Amino acid sequence: MSTFVTPRAVDTAIAPPKASRRRRPGGSWWAWLVFIIGATYFIVPLVATLEFSLRPNPPTFAYENVLTDRRFYASLIYSFVIGLITIVLSLALIVPTAYWVRLRLPRLRPIVEFVTLLPFVLPPIVLAYGMIRFYSRQPLVLTGTEVGSDFLLVAAYVVLSLPYMYRAVDNGLAAMDVRVLTEAAQSMGAGWFRILWSVIFPNLRTAALSGAFLTLAIVVGEFTIASALARDAFGPYLSLLGKDKIYEPAAVALISFGLTWLAMISLALVARGSRTRVQMGMPR
Amino acid sequence: MTFLELSGIRKVFPGGTVAVEQFDLTAERGEFVSFLGPSGCGKTTTLRMIAGFEQPTAGTIHIDGRDVTTMPPNKRHVGMVFQSYALFPNMTVADNIAFGLKIRGEDKGRIRERIGELLTLIHLEDRGDRYPYQLSGGQQQRVALARALAIEPTVLLLDEPLSALDAKIRVALRREIREIQRSLGITTVYVTHDQEEALELSDRIVVMSDGRMEQVGTPFQVYNQPATPFVASFVGTLNAVEATVLDPVAGRLSIGGLEIHSTKGVTDPAGAQVMVALRPEMISLDATAVEGTNRLPATVADIAFLGSVVRISTIVGDGARVDVDTFNNPNLALPPRGTQVTLGFPPEAVLVLAQGSVAQEADVLAAAEAML
Repeated sequence: MSTFVTPRAVDTAIAPPKASRRRRPGGSWWAWLVFIIGATYFIVPLVATLEFSLRPNPPTFAYENVLTDRRFYASLIYSFVIGLITIVLSLALIVPTAYWVRLRLPRLRPIVEFVTLLPFVLPPIVLAYGMIRFYSRQPLVLTGTEVGSDFLLVAAYVVLSLPYMYRAVDNGLAAMDVRVLTEAAQSMGAGWFRILWSVIFPNLRTAALSGAFLTLAIVVGEFTIASALARDAFGPYLSLLGKDKIYEPAAVALISFGLTWLAMISLALVARGSRTRVQMGMPR
Repeated sequence: MTFLELSGIRKVFPGGTVAVEQFDLTAERGEFVSFLGPSGCGKTTTLRMIAGFEQPTAGTIHIDGRDVTTMPPNKRHVGMVFQSYALFPNMTVADNIAFGLKIRGEDKGRIRERIGELLTLIHLEDRGDRYPYQLSGGQQQRVALARALAIEPTVLLLDEPLSALDAKIRVALRREIREIQRSLGITTVYVTHDQEEALELSDRIVVMSDGRMEQVGTPFQVYNQPATPFVASFVGTLNAVEATVLDPVAGRLSIGGLEIHSTKGVTDPAGAQVMVALRPEMISLDATAVEGTNRLPATVADIAFLGSVVRISTIVGDGARVDVDTFNNPNLALPPRGTQVTLGFPPEAVLVLAQGSVAQEADVLAAAEAML
């Protein structure tokens, strides 16, 4: 019996026949119906809020009051600044952590993911009063000063944003071959900081932005912790406004909704304008 | 003078898997050495130990007299080209090439000059401002090569750099790689499972199997003087036919009752069953009787046109299949199926291997199916 040693090419890629695409009868009107119902569910409350905010005479009365109220600007700017600081600290904490877990400690991923889900379980009021109780006494008193309280607020928001920021960053890392990019950079002499700053962070731009805007939305709308720490944030301002004004809360709600959409559109424009493709070895 | 030295290298992964066993190699400055073997033989692991991405369990690695065994990869000054190119997606071609130079603190003028030199070397002069996703696979790999060369590495390491490319581009690019390597005189270690690549590019080939070095030699030696049955069967095409030893001293064997001679030496005793291995290109259908040529009657079973080579499959003896390769020629007169022919081959072409040492065709196909 002879042997023939050169492996014969095995035709492994036998593509299955394309399934014929039959249009479901009446499929398109059904899709439109579902779309209209969903859009109605979403748009009707907004329209109702808009209508309510335009009821006074003149119709722009509520908007004029809000836009001439210095507390509106002060609280909005304060929340935005706190939000930006929260985003920077979250990224500084989560990106290196998620990167290291992916690169060197894959077995720790389930534990890290569990920790990032804890904020869903812990009510914000418990977090707030736990922080106040701990940081209002020695050895570390932070609640007695403005800066200390601001720091506590940022720290609380970093915790609250963990699930969203971690997931966004982790998904971004999954889209690139972290190990090979790291090794390529190392072979050219790069240390860890250089790798993170020049290779990892830039390729996480879209993922980081999506996490950042989710974080911003949480921070701007958050009431419990800001109120417990007596901060002049946007959430407590909105709540205070609702106690003795009728039409202005509706106007503020719509303005903040518009600002959120503006942020989302900015993200879409930035992501579309990005000239990078994260997938490896993806030629044209 | 030895430039790259691996002594007693051994790598055992957690869990006890021995990836590399007793690997010893020296390479001269400017030499092109290939690690050739099937998947899982340890060739990439060995390359990664040279680069510093894996730590050897035992043994030492020296580059230009320096012991780099425990040195971190970013201090070894080696250039690496990866199978998946590993270009930084957020940087242009020029920025990718400049990356290593910026880390080294080169001045901007020198960096610009070096980028220009390398873009010219890889024939992408007008692509410096493109991003990786705007390039073809072959172009991306050339940029990866330029990036590795930019820092003027002491050793260039390539991990199956062409396996993701189609055949024509692979052939063209590997020749470019070899020309560049020769012109720059950089010691190069090239990992591949493609024997044609290894044979064409290398000054020397290390054939590996199951973490062990099977043979180290020039392409000519590895192909024509295989040291082990694995090397004989892995490198090149091989016919293997069962035979019986008649006289080990005289090198006489019997295939299906017909006597042949070998000059390669027979170590098995008379009466032992062995495998006789023959390269298809060493066999001819020329029926001219030449003194000392082995002759075996055969029947033509099939003819395959492979482009530059025509492969004639024949049946000998008790049903053994023997392939004969001949260069394509428009005037070639090919015997039709069923024709009785005489296979002629010189005694020095006969390799005698232990029975069972060469994979059967059924085993190869079964292994391929198991992978699906």
